[in-house]
Amino acid sequence: MNAASRFRDAPGAAPRSLRLMLDGVPVLARPGESVAAALLAHSGGATRQTPVTGAGRAPYCMMGVCFDCLVTIDGHPNVQACMVSAREGMVIQRQIGARRLGDQP
Amino acid sequence: MSADLVIIGAGPAGMAAARVAAEGGLSVTLLDEQERAGGQIYRNVGAVAGRGWLGADYARGGALVQGLDHPGITHQPRATVWRIDARRGVIWLRDGQSHVSPAAHVLIATGAQERPVPFPGWTLPGLMPAGAAQILMKQSGMVPDEAILAGAGPLLYLVAAQMIAAGAPPVALVETPTAITHALPKLPRALFGLPTLIKGLGLIARIRAAGIPWYRGAADFRAETTEDGRIRFDFTTGKQSHSLTCGLLLTHLGVIPQSHLTRSMGLAHEYDAEQGAWRPTLDPWGQSSEPHVFVAGDGGGIGGAEAARAKGALAALAILHQAGKLDAAGRDRRAAPLRRALSRALSLRPFLDAAYSVPSAFLAPPDETIVCRCEEVTAGSIRKAACTGAEGLRLMRTSLRTGMGPCQGRMCETTVIGLIAEATDRPASTLGPGRIRTPVKPVTLAEIAALGPQPEETT
Repeated sequence: MNAASRFRDAPGAAPRSLRLMLDGVPVLARPGESVAAALLAHSGGATRQTPVTGAGRAPYCMMGVCFDCLVTIDGHPNVQACMVSAREGMVIQRQIGARRLGDQP
Repeated sequence: MSADLVIIGAGPAGMAAARVAAEGGLSVTLLDEQERAGGQIYRNVGAVAGRGWLGADYARGGALVQGLDHPGITHQPRATVWRIDARRGVIWLRDGQSHVSPAAHVLIATGAQERPVPFPGWTLPGLMPAGAAQILMKQSGMVPDEAILAGAGPLLYLVAAQMIAAGAPPVALVETPTAITHALPKLPRALFGLPTLIKGLGLIARIRAAGIPWYRGAADFRAETTEDGRIRFDFTTGKQSHSLTCGLLLTHLGVIPQSHLTRSMGLAHEYDAEQGAWRPTLDPWGQSSEPHVFVAGDGGGIGGAEAARAKGALAALAILHQAGKLDAAGRDRRAAPLRRALSRALSLRPFLDAAYSVPSAFLAPPDETIVCRCEEVTAGSIRKAACTGAEGLRLMRTSLRTGMGPCQGRMCETTVIGLIAEATDRPASTLGPGRIRTPVKPVTLAEIAALGPQPEETT
């Protein structure tokens, strides 16, 4: 599930001093980086499952174009993780498949 | 929040235009989706110190960001524009709240996106565009670990050189067929861009010196996830099959203008056959078919950062003239050096466009390829629909939902057009551009309702 990250830190990169929660698991983030970057540094696995077939997807374009990085952040569904800066204490949930009518966001 | 000029996009074009317009006496609102100005090319440049491995060209963006420090410029970060209304102005969203910025003049500088590179497996975790990895390097200090770079174009060489400099060299460079010989007639003009050409050759030399395995003429891309979560990348060169394993597969086949906003306004567009993409129809100042709407930078046709900077300044001069702040003689006098810089910056482009054209297999990929990533529609079902009557983008949309997911066709339109063109034997230029409607980025009903009643508006 928690595959190793596909990235490593560049020389001289700042420490990851922020703590986010992803489905109850702590994820560390660097000030100024996007939530999607923090998720990619945390794991090389999927960050959501598609509404149509349930296939696993991870952040892709990193610039707000593809919408593959959609997550729920602090209760708001369908947020582009690549367009939001990581902040201390953020609560992130993966979106698994299609939403059902009556689901709480 | 009224301004004389609203600029959308704080990349090189938008930043250069903001400074020129503000110095000329206009109040400027600069809207940008990111936290910091810079666009994709200079992403995060104002905040990064000590990242020499990204190179000197990247550091050059810092001066443009500093140029925004002018009392006439209001930079609105994290602002997502979802509509430009002819009467009310630019409508944008931040933190769940919509805002309207009325403006006498609008400059759209939304830049480029990477051209989608569809092939079987391109939707798997572990595959990304090379430019996306570069954004992670610039903004997060993250470098790809054991990555393969695949595709074609100068950006691949740059990313490879940056990875080498950061101590994380790519596992291999897998290049699709290039047409350097075919592009040679364009080389005389390219020599005006000699410094850029030399830089490119320098990148290639660094990749060679690092001993990176380099495959040329590659085709038949296919990616799968291995049992331990890595990526197996299969391709062919000539009659030979290859299978490599990597942590990350980074693809690239050039960039195309981001035209959702210009298209949603109903501006005139034209097909650029050299670049294989639509772009808004513009005069030499960047003026669109709507007199008060200008477009500058890669959003008006791909030219790169230096060209974007010149085009942004040229558009600002034309806007100053339109606003009565600069007479025609002054405008033309100041434009002359900018036009020379633009010509230099674009001199390499025809050569690059010809040398790194897109192989047809990525415009019309194999049947099992997912083309529309949002609605998960395969190339096979699009081919079948095209052969049974869905001979245009709109018919395809209604029959298969291509382009109806949250990305609104940004990731599939070029491929859907390529597949229809192939199936119906018509040129791509007759099949687009697709009609784009407001909102150009997803907004909730609550975010729209918060704008209040606008009874007279029906469009």
